[in-house]
Amino acid sequence: MGTLNDEQHKSYDMGMHTEQLSGRTMQKFFSLDEDGGRFTQPYTHDVDFDKKADLDIKDMEASEVNTKIRELMAEGYGHIVIKNPLAKHSICVGILNRLKVDIEGSLGYFGCGLIDGPNVRITGRVGWSCAENMMSGTVVIEKNAGSTFGAAIRGGDLVCKGDVGSRTGIDQKGGNIIVGGSTGAFSGFMMQRGRMVILGNAGINLGDSMYDGTIYVGGDVESYGVDAVPGEMTDMDAKWLEDKLNLYGMKAPNGISKMKKIVAGKQLWNYDNLEPTEKKIIL
Amino acid sequence: MSDKIDIDHFLTTDGLDSEREQEIGQHIGYRYDVNLVPDLNRLTPYLKDYMEVMGWSDLNWLEDVHLGYEEGKAAVFDRNINGWVQVPDDIKLPDNQQDRDMIARELLLKFQMSDRHPLVQLKAAYKKF
Repeated sequence: MGTLNDEQHKSYDMGMHTEQLSGRTMQKFFSLDEDGGRFTQPYTHDVDFDKKADLDIKDMEASEVNTKIRELMAEGYGHIVIKNPLAKHSICVGILNRLKVDIEGSLGYFGCGLIDGPNVRITGRVGWSCAENMMSGTVVIEKNAGSTFGAAIRGGDLVCKGDVGSRTGIDQKGGNIIVGGSTGAFSGFMMQRGRMVILGNAGINLGDSMYDGTIYVGGDVESYGVDAVPGEMTDMDAKWLEDKLNLYGMKAPNGISKMKKIVAGKQLWNYDNLEPTEKKIIL
Repeated sequence: MSDKIDIDHFLTTDGLDSEREQEIGQHIGYRYDVNLVPDLNRLTPYLKDYMEVMGWSDLNWLEDVHLGYEEGKAAVFDRNINGWVQVPDDIKLPDNQQDRDMIARELLLKFQMSDRHPLVQLKAAYKKF
């Protein structure tokens, strides 16, 4: 540990000590054999993928739609077909369950946000921030998507077969964002982990300020952002890309071997345990 | 990272390698390779069953789960409790990160599916729907 300078001493004397960022809560695991027969969380609904319900939302508000979806899950429906979405906002938000959802049409802003588990297919387009904060599951959009596609995504596969707007995957913390067409400016901005696959072209400042994670690009990159640097494509990368693209019926226009890999240069890694104190001194 | 350093690096050392890390007394960055993609040939039977139940053809969100190392012990990070969960000492760790990651994924799932997971109590106390 380094010695404290005068300013740090001043804050220390005022009771504002440095904060250690390590040593988070640790819990003992159970054995591998214990609780081994279960595949869903205790608080989720037990649904059957073969039990199907149609839901026409033409005259429903978003909150009504999301409540109705939860009611259907509670009744055991595992496959819900949503008709007439009419580009409404905040549809299919907060589904924390295994579920199959087919949306016949387009969604507005914040569609499928905060989901954990469902497999969603959207035949139309989506507006801003589709699947923001997604935790797990799959979301497949057959046409185009708006900006901040997959903002702060934590896990799962988010696929757009068309083009998407700017700031795709901003603050991505995990999961996979796959774009069949091109993305706009600042895609992968402040990416922390996870993978982004862009089969077309990428706009300016790709991967700006990325902390970690990987971006694969099949087309041209207009410009790289700060600390985004070319990486070396491995056999494991190529295999993973091939499997993942096959899964969604997609192909790299020029072949996977021609794709570019972009990673963090890690020149912006300046974090340390004195940072909180320094902030308090400023305040 | 995993190809460049000893797999037990964070179990056998304090992991403070750079001058800066030694100065601040803390490792900078992840203690495992977050960019390591999974080898699906190494799936455990439990993970295969889980994928089938969820309707997924691959590991989905579990691709981002790796065996990490916290305070000199093997552990896996549970995003639902924002904390590290320690791997029991009686589990023998394989000699490669891919197999270690598969064990981490299975352990994490079993922990999350258990009635004793903290989210169960939290959900009961604060759930809105």
